[in-house]
Amino acid sequence: MQYSSQSVAKPYFIAAIGLFLGQVLFGLIMGLQYVIGDFLFPAIPFNVARMVHTNLLIVWLLFGFMGAAYYMIPEETETELYSPKLAIAMFWVFLVAGAATILGYLLVPYATLAHLTGNDILETMGREFLEQPLITKVGIVVVALVFLFNLTMTMLKGRKTSISLVLMMGLWGLAVFFLFSFYNPSNLVLDKYFWWWVVHLWVEGVWELILGSLLAFVLIKVTGVDREVIEKWLYVIITLTLITGIIGTGHHYFWIGTPEYWQWWGSVFSALEPIPFFAMTVFAFNMVNRRRREHPNKAATLWALGTGVMSFLGAGVWGFLHTLAPVNYYTHGTQITAAHGHMAFYGAYAMVVITIISYAMPILRGRAANSERSQVLEMWSFWLMTIAMVFITLFLTAAGILQVWLQRYSSTPIPFMAAQDQISIFYWLREGTGVIFLIGLLMYILSFFVGGSEKAKAA
Amino acid sequence: MSGTFTKSMARNIFFGGTVFFALLFLALTFDSMQTIPKRDNHANLTPAVVAGKKVWETNNCIGCHTLMGEGAYFAPELGNVYKRRGPEFIKAWIQSQPTGAPGRRQMPNFHLTEQQLNDLVEFLKYSSEINTANWPPNIEG
Repeated sequence: MQYSSQSVAKPYFIAAIGLFLGQVLFGLIMGLQYVIGDFLFPAIPFNVARMVHTNLLIVWLLFGFMGAAYYMIPEETETELYSPKLAIAMFWVFLVAGAATILGYLLVPYATLAHLTGNDILETMGREFLEQPLITKVGIVVVALVFLFNLTMTMLKGRKTSISLVLMMGLWGLAVFFLFSFYNPSNLVLDKYFWWWVVHLWVEGVWELILGSLLAFVLIKVTGVDREVIEKWLYVIITLTLITGIIGTGHHYFWIGTPEYWQWWGSVFSALEPIPFFAMTVFAFNMVNRRRREHPNKAATLWALGTGVMSFLGAGVWGFLHTLAPVNYYTHGTQITAAHGHMAFYGAYAMVVITIISYAMPILRGRAANSERSQVLEMWSFWLMTIAMVFITLFLTAAGILQVWLQRYSSTPIPFMAAQDQISIFYWLREGTGVIFLIGLLMYILSFFVGGSEKAKAA
Repeated sequence: MSGTFTKSMARNIFFGGTVFFALLFLALTFDSMQTIPKRDNHANLTPAVVAGKKVWETNNCIGCHTLMGEGAYFAPELGNVYKRRGPEFIKAWIQSQPTGAPGRRQMPNFHLTEQQLNDLVEFLKYSSEINTANWPPNIEG
């Protein structure tokens, strides 16, 4: 590690992985509730498990992004972090706030939680992914602002690279668009319209800037390819991302009371959204093929390549599958959406966070790369988790196609629950594959504890 | 990419393209705000509907159900449930939960008051009358 303040990233990465494990465990609970409906009822109703599952996802990715930024910015700007103490303080604030929120979901009825935490002052709760109590939302804003202040001050006193600039734009965008979570008009159409300004403009907008910069950073490190080349690619990719993704928001404005011209704008622009992901895949493989050094961390290179491929499949291909308005008319709000959501989040965001952890964590622990044994285990975990996610996606897609047929497309549509009963085999298969995913994740965690002879000394 | 295409050109295209499409998005949003009142059923946005939306939100209904196709996919679409089931059925259904049928998906009992039930039904009625471009494809949602 070149700058001692980079070490603040370590607790962020550890927390990210811990919360990831929690997310997967709750995913398995929900998966089982799909087929054994009364499993853990009434202790953990499905809606509670889902809040925990999705909120943990968001929080662990945010921990990962923050850890990545604290690791990358000092190295990119060639200066120590403005305030490592502030970074550690915010880590604890965020962790305690996150844990308290999750415990609130699990231990208190949601309506009571809303009442206790000031939802009557400003009603923001009870909307998908934005279920956090008002005080948690305010806490997120405070943590984000302190975090951004710390990094922006670091950047101002150091070298300004394109990678750090793109990362900071993504992180500032993340904070700015989160502010729309405080806007919840009574008019349902407007509520939904601006709800997407958080959700879509995050995951198909500013988060992709973060994704691109993390990937570019790791690729520079592991391939030794010239920074000018990699940063040029980065700009091309994020240009494609935003010129397709911003208007691509329209693919959520088909059926929620918005003007019907969005069916054209949304279909055309979101149909182009796979292009930046394809470019990212080509970029990752191209850079690795043109590598000018053999970096001892093979696992990190594998995760970087995997991010390219899986984000293209999950976000690009599975997104395209149901993004055209005439198709979406039938698939909107079915298991097709769930299939896309799972592979896109894993392929793009989970994998890129694991990529930077895989690259940075050995260095934070005083070595250029982990031992051969540790890396072999990590690469096994890569394949188990990735292949499991491919099959989870395929089973949910099969479930979704049948659901669409039974409930929406055939000449004799049947009710929701009747359709669910008929496709339960695919939910069982998904649950089984989910267990494989959990095993992969446990192997990944285990790889941190596998020693063996250290082959390279600290970089 | 040829040697003549430099990083600074790529950066300029990024900033130019982003600003252009962000402005286009804002223009479309501005136009949507003018057009949405023709479709959003705001004439029926009564105090009861507003209260019903709060009941909907503070009980995290979206954690299992979809509303106009958005939400969780564990339980039926409710954007059109008013038309599918009618007000009395909805209220009776909510009050009779959980069914306790072995192995079936369970909905908690939220202990709603009569007032809250009526408000929630009003909210679902209002939702069902928003012009959603003919979605969902049929009454089953």
